[in-house]
Amino acid sequence: MHQRTPEITIVGGGLVGLSVALGLLFSGRRVRVLDGADCDARASQGNFGLIWGQGKGANFAPYAHWTMDALAAWPGFAQQLQELSGIDVALDQSGGYEFFTDPSEMDAFKAELEQQAAHLGGRAIYEMLYGDDLRSQLKGIGPDVVGASFSPGDGHVNPLRFLRALRCSVQAMGGRVTLGATVAAIRPQLGGGFALALADGEVAFTEQVIVCAGLGAATLARDLGFITQVRPQLGELLITEKLGDRLPFLSSTIRQVDEGGVQIGGTKANAGLDDRETLPIMSKLAHHAVTVFPALADVRVVRAWGALRVMSPDGYPVYAKSGPNPGAFLVTCHSGVTLAPLHASVLAKWILNTSATPDLEAFDECRFALSHAA
Amino acid sequence: MAEVDLIIIGAGPAGMSAAAVAARDGLQVLMLDEQPQPGGQIYRNVAQNRSKRGFLGQAYAAGADLVDALDHPHITLLTGATVWRLDKGPQVTWSRGGKSRTTSAAHVLIATGAQERPVPFPGWTLPGAMPAGAAQILMKTAGMLPEDAVLAGSGPLLYLIAAQMIDAGSPPQALIETQTYRQMLGALPHLPRALFGLPTLLKGLSLIAKIRKAAVPRYTAASGFHATTTESGNILFSFRANGRDQSLTCGLLLTHQGVIPGTHITRAAGIAHHWNAAQGVFQPQYDLWGATDQPGLHVAGDGAGIGGAEAAAAAGELAALNILCQSGRLSSDTRNQRAARARAALFRARAIRPLLDAAYPPPTDILAPSDNTIVCRCEEVSAGAIRQAIREGAQGHRQIKTSLRCGMGPCQGRMCDATLRGLLSADAPPDRPIAPPRARSPIKPIALGELAALSHPQEEPA
Amino acid sequence: MNVASRFRTLPETGDRVQFTLDGALATAPAGVTVAAALLAHSGAWTRRTAQGAPRTAYCMMGVCFDCLVEVDGTPNTQACMTLLREGMSVRRQTGLRDLNGGHCGRG
Repeated sequence: MHQRTPEITIVGGGLVGLSVALGLLFSGRRVRVLDGADCDARASQGNFGLIWGQGKGANFAPYAHWTMDALAAWPGFAQQLQELSGIDVALDQSGGYEFFTDPSEMDAFKAELEQQAAHLGGRAIYEMLYGDDLRSQLKGIGPDVVGASFSPGDGHVNPLRFLRALRCSVQAMGGRVTLGATVAAIRPQLGGGFALALADGEVAFTEQVIVCAGLGAATLARDLGFITQVRPQLGELLITEKLGDRLPFLSSTIRQVDEGGVQIGGTKANAGLDDRETLPIMSKLAHHAVTVFPALADVRVVRAWGALRVMSPDGYPVYAKSGPNPGAFLVTCHSGVTLAPLHASVLAKWILNTSATPDLEAFDECRFALSHAA
Repeated sequence: MAEVDLIIIGAGPAGMSAAAVAARDGLQVLMLDEQPQPGGQIYRNVAQNRSKRGFLGQAYAAGADLVDALDHPHITLLTGATVWRLDKGPQVTWSRGGKSRTTSAAHVLIATGAQERPVPFPGWTLPGAMPAGAAQILMKTAGMLPEDAVLAGSGPLLYLIAAQMIDAGSPPQALIETQTYRQMLGALPHLPRALFGLPTLLKGLSLIAKIRKAAVPRYTAASGFHATTTESGNILFSFRANGRDQSLTCGLLLTHQGVIPGTHITRAAGIAHHWNAAQGVFQPQYDLWGATDQPGLHVAGDGAGIGGAEAAAAAGELAALNILCQSGRLSSDTRNQRAARARAALFRARAIRPLLDAAYPPPTDILAPSDNTIVCRCEEVSAGAIRQAIREGAQGHRQIKTSLRCGMGPCQGRMCDATLRGLLSADAPPDRPIAPPRARSPIKPIALGELAALSHPQEEPA
Repeated sequence: MNVASRFRTLPETGDRVQFTLDGALATAPAGVTVAAALLAHSGAWTRRTAQGAPRTAYCMMGVCFDCLVEVDGTPNTQACMTLLREGMSVRRQTGLRDLNGGHCGRG
């Protein structure tokens, strides 16, 4: 049966790829998503599900604005997903904490929050809570915690349900999602369009291609003439047995999933593609958890694991259009959850270059060329 | 600098045999076993049962010799010690009395043994349904005998337990076996080889004779297991056999479909594993001495590959001889000479395996159970939900785990990995291999405070 | 539901140990695990899952985690891996454990 060439093929069916697909489907385009294999590095299966704003873009104003726009768009987006997929992603945006045991670290972060607030001209809201003030507000915080920052717009979703809701929504909007279709190479065709060579030997053709392949973007981006190089960053996590009662807070390093287990994470290390959990970090994470909330001491860890974040050279998103190959795009970021609502709306306009196209110049990859030149 | 010469994880027949051989030739051995007494599962509590519970039989009682041999100045046996992580070095992380610590060794022998193959069917989670091996553990450790029990499944352990129950005065109400006449016929080509293990073969026949003599009702070619609870709390067990639907009421439903290697620690340690098609299990890869592809890590016993207690003891001895050689205590010639006896014993002990594997395979309705069967006991995920996830595109353990939470409970997949594989391969195209599921530390749950204390020992919580 | 034990215990000589089960006094032979003591005591459920399903100890060797009970205030303790001691307080669990010991019964 002859199938019409999809207008747009998205390489990568994780949170970023599916969000971008959804946005293009809302704009009435024909979209196909090619997802990799079960054993590929899959950042979308190893994250915390955080929707986090505090401190973001302290050194990069466009990112500060972009993040705050995303936070504001989340409730509507969650509603859309529920309507399309029937899945409730358990969105909770009642605010989040960062806890500190070192006063100088707390001061340094406060300075970042002030910078972020300055960029946002009053949009940012945060609070610094110290010592006993914090402990009277939040029962159970440990005595070694010197303080915390709090931002009321921060929150989280159930990351695995969110992934499933995205996939179901894409399918409900008529998008095709193919699993186990790892793309090995992308070849621009004379006269326009692209040939995607799949790992199993098949070749697929498309008019436009968007690379949202996370760590898999390395060679694919090069095929299309992009200069961005992403690298993996290891984050380790612990997950505990389920608890019937709820932790009284959400933190970027300690969060309770809706089923009841507590996730503890937030470390950063360069280990190449090795995502194995390490004993010193496991113990460090446990120590952090029982320091922040001593009642966790007899709660058992049932699993530890590592996941690889997708980091651009400066850690900020990359939204790039290929100069030599019009119709090819690169989308990469490590905050695929937070930014999802914008990927599923505003970004589509940028891809389609409509009249309402946002200015995302700041996120273009030419910023890396400039720093190379400098 | 290693703290000890050899750490042996598991004090079952493989571990105990290895310890004695290693210690005799001067290695300092640390043995770690999570149970309160040495013996593993097959010789569970054997030293405590010396003058009692004779119904357990002679073969069981003989295990006491292995326990006695642990009384040696070079052997430190710590019971109640749970190993939960294995690092390169090698280095073992273990928990005892609520405290974790790490110990480095020149060599580690992993002899953690097997577990019962999960036997899922509608109702298998109900009070009153237990693995047959669990009832045997209660006989060995607490002098408790099944009251009004039915034995169902297949495999030689069913015959052994039935015989032990008969000798103890608590015969089973019925013995319901799933193997078909065709399967038994198909096993006959393996009989010549099995004759190398003639004593074991004869032992098995004598167990069957005892069961016949006790006039225990037997059913064969049984399928379609189904259990519900009656008003009084008994089990109503229905099945199909002899071309008809049958049902029995019993106090205890004891099921068994063979044993499978426990591979959490070997997988988490990064040792390569392969699929053993004859036995339908994943097992670690190792050479004829039990050495693996990870430096300093060795395996022996049922945790390496199912072979039974005598095979385990022989394999333990071979591993220890090889470790002695690698430690510079024996030349390879001496090692080879001294290994001759154990090699022959291993061959004889393994000789009966192909016959048993062919005669008593797990039936397809256990490997890939009906939709209304709970597969993941911890998270209460049904076979139907898993089949749906596979239809929606889930292609491996990991995707099913992340979409359904199957395998995310405290047992870490011990009760559901095998069934998950059965469901995946029932629907998978034959050319797509299914990889062993990934295992990570901690391979048993560990309290946050205990884990924290590893890096901050002075701040142990009260 | 009061369900009689599904096992009979051999009359062997030896000490007996006293413990409490959900606050009520019970005894068992010395040296047995909590799981064995519970199975000898009764055939009823000793745990209810998050969805309310009744369970008892299953594998008796530490791999299935169905024998979880609260022992001396510590929830989610494997009864088959815990030796019964004089004066031990054992409580059956319904649903998930709470942060500060105990269990709220919520699933």
